[in-house]
Amino acid sequence: MLMDTPDEMLATAAAGGDRAAFAVLVGRHYDRIHGLAWRLTGVKAEAEDLTQDICAALPVKLRNWRGEARFTTWLYRVVVNAAHDLRRRQATRLRAAQGWGDWEIARQDEIAVQAEASDWLAQAMTRLSPELRDTVALVLGEEMTQAEAGVVLGVSEGTIAWRMSEVKKRLRAMAREDAK
Amino acid sequence: MTDDLDDLRAALKAAPAPDEDAKTRAMRLAMENFDRLQGSHEASRSSEDRPRAAPLNGVRRMFQYLTSRPALAISTSAAALLIGVAVILPVADLRIGKPVVPTEAPKEVPVAKKAEPMVTPEPAPATTATPTGGEGATLTAETGNTAQSGADAAPKPDAEVVATDELARADASDTASSAVVAESAPEAEAPMEMAEEAAPVSPPVGDLVMGAEPRLRAEAKMEGGGTLGYLAAPSTSIAAAPEVMPAPVENTEAYSNEAPNPVKVTAEEPVSTFSIDVDTASYAVVRSSLTGGYLPTPEQVRVEEMVNYFPYAYAAPEGDAAFASTVSVMPTPWNPGTRLVTIGIQGALPEVAARPPLNLVFLIDTSGSMEDANKLPLLKQSLSLMLAELRPEDQVSIVTYAGSAGLVLPPTAAKDRAAILASLENLSAGGSTAGAAGLELAYQVAEGMKADGEVTRILLATDGDFNVGIDDPEGLEAYVARKRETGTYLSVLGFGRGNLDDATMQALAQNGNGTAAYIDTLSEARKVLVDQLSGALFPIADDVKIQVEWNPATVAEYRLIGYETRSLRREDFNNDKVDAGEIGAGTQVTAIYEVTAPGSDALLNDPLRYGAATATEDGAGELGFLRLRWKAPGKDTSTLVETPITGQEPASTETRFAAAIAGFGQLLQGSVYLGDWGWDEAIALAVANRGEDAFGYRIEAVNLMRLAESLSR
Repeated sequence: MLMDTPDEMLATAAAGGDRAAFAVLVGRHYDRIHGLAWRLTGVKAEAEDLTQDICAALPVKLRNWRGEARFTTWLYRVVVNAAHDLRRRQATRLRAAQGWGDWEIARQDEIAVQAEASDWLAQAMTRLSPELRDTVALVLGEEMTQAEAGVVLGVSEGTIAWRMSEVKKRLRAMAREDAK
Repeated sequence: MTDDLDDLRAALKAAPAPDEDAKTRAMRLAMENFDRLQGSHEASRSSEDRPRAAPLNGVRRMFQYLTSRPALAISTSAAALLIGVAVILPVADLRIGKPVVPTEAPKEVPVAKKAEPMVTPEPAPATTATPTGGEGATLTAETGNTAQSGADAAPKPDAEVVATDELARADASDTASSAVVAESAPEAEAPMEMAEEAAPVSPPVGDLVMGAEPRLRAEAKMEGGGTLGYLAAPSTSIAAAPEVMPAPVENTEAYSNEAPNPVKVTAEEPVSTFSIDVDTASYAVVRSSLTGGYLPTPEQVRVEEMVNYFPYAYAAPEGDAAFASTVSVMPTPWNPGTRLVTIGIQGALPEVAARPPLNLVFLIDTSGSMEDANKLPLLKQSLSLMLAELRPEDQVSIVTYAGSAGLVLPPTAAKDRAAILASLENLSAGGSTAGAAGLELAYQVAEGMKADGEVTRILLATDGDFNVGIDDPEGLEAYVARKRETGTYLSVLGFGRGNLDDATMQALAQNGNGTAAYIDTLSEARKVLVDQLSGALFPIADDVKIQVEWNPATVAEYRLIGYETRSLRREDFNNDKVDAGEIGAGTQVTAIYEVTAPGSDALLNDPLRYGAATATEDGAGELGFLRLRWKAPGKDTSTLVETPITGQEPASTETRFAAAIAGFGQLLQGSVYLGDWGWDEAIALAVANRGEDAFGYRIEAVNLMRLAESLSR
């Protein structure tokens, strides 16, 4: 019976302490969380860690579940926020550790390494700013509409539209460079 | 281009299947945390209000948050209570964003001096010290060697302070932290004591792998263990995964510039022809770069626009003349062997009361990229400022472009300020930029507002992004050039950075008989739209061209400083079909030549062995001959004004200040002509000649020079 219950009801039940509902909910969405985590981070190991963190935090997070949005939208937001936190930690760590100059050199080195890796996706994603990457992960990866992505990222639909056109522009520039 | 997106979509859809073990582990962890949480109903901090904006905003906020020591102590102890860890806070360094050398990092020991400083690592470059493997956390834990863990330890503290981890952050909101702490207290205690005794203790590997232990406890122990923990894990993947790094937002700015004018030999090319340029955008861009803490790139610097940014007190035209030209000659500050010939043009300032009615079309970019505070909001403020300067009979309309172009405000008399302000206020950013469609609509609207004796101008306000519907900038320019025949002027106001398409802005303004200004602050908006409103909006002379013929007997070499994007062919001077710059009411335009006399030590080219000295009967002793062509606004035929340059014209503080700014621009460009002349000399010259400077523009330039001097060290 639980298998057919909508996410939203399960979430409400889980927030109220229903263990079985929570188990079904996590089981149902683990792959989804992992998928988005991978699209946001681009690294399998990191996606796994992030997913585990999110799962571990989910019981607490569910306290905030108000049933106001679709569960998946809410969940995506949790994942995106967790990914942002991760990036921020990494950014601060890196900066504090190495200072701007070294940081920039290291960044350039890594970009160079990345370029050699000839992994098209990684290359494409590296070209994009974090905002554009988030947008792409949601719109292309998760096949959300621009409106839905806007809700998850907390920006207007128009901004998502602009970001997508920006992505196209970058991809075109990249294709041009590759053609050279 | 759709192909690109499809490729990206396909690549993104091909997510690797989750690892079954990891899934089981995560599920079990989730269930254990779920069970633990039952019965405890402390609300966690909402994640809904978590960063909606870019991750970098979070970092900025974090820096703000870290500004006081009490705040630090509170946040630190909250984190420490929860996870029982010694936290190191390189506060001061963090705050000013300075590099933190790993060896210096573990200085402060907060948390009531409980923990020992962690480790003093070998000063190993962090890039190499960062493990490249994905299993870094475990690896580091096992080895526990100083260099490794030290490198990790240095960056870690701030990472913790920033966010500790997902759980800590969620729970640690003030009292809420007690919820988890209380529950996991028995586990958390022990590691805390460990931390008190000695920090760098490697916990058993089993704890780190987190397989058996619930995550909450696992973390507590690991952090207590000292130098590492699961927080270290992400760092290990940084090297392997640069794509998750916060790459600075890619800059898509495009600048229009040419290589600086070379020195020309008078005998070979005695005539120099160019169009005047009243744009000031380059100076504002330079200022925005410098105040942002970095030197502008050479292509961002257009010397003539920097020089023309400043008002100069040149002699006003007499009688009905549209403008007056003032020539002055003085020794070159940066080269004793040459002289500077400054040509200053002062536009007439017709009585303000007599100015013709004005029809203004605000063409406003409301694309998603305009959302930033220094774009659309600044634009709204700027236009509101300007509105106060308009007269009741002036007309205003607003056209936006983004996604679809639309007429937001039909032509409205300026006296109806409330309606205009309300429409401005309602503008919001969103959608892609369809610049071309918006421009067409704006010209249509302008056409409808036109009446005899009135000035019609489109003010295009944008961050320079014309990314939809126009893949053909030349086509857009040609369109604008055609439209200028209708008598409608087009000016461009640039806003924001990062996306600024200076090249397109320049092209549009030049072809549309207008000016391009870059607005980075409200005071710049005031300068452009209020103080210089009449100059910016009311042209008194169109298509102003300057041609100087140098006398080879007195000038062997010359160099025009700036105006690279404005050069004209010699024959274009007399061709009234060729477009050139406009002079606004009361504005000044300055052009500076550096000239070298024959036989001077400063000559860069050797004289030709077979070159015959040209004999000049007329005007012997003159340096050159200045010709100016201009058209009355709306007229098709030009008027010629000719003046000899005798070389006796005196210099003034105005021209010396202009020279200082020209030097400033060339220093920024890394010009080869300046020799040893540097920032100090430029500053001294500018300070000595700053004149009255009622608005403080000149002293601002001096401060920018000082800033540039510091930045260029």
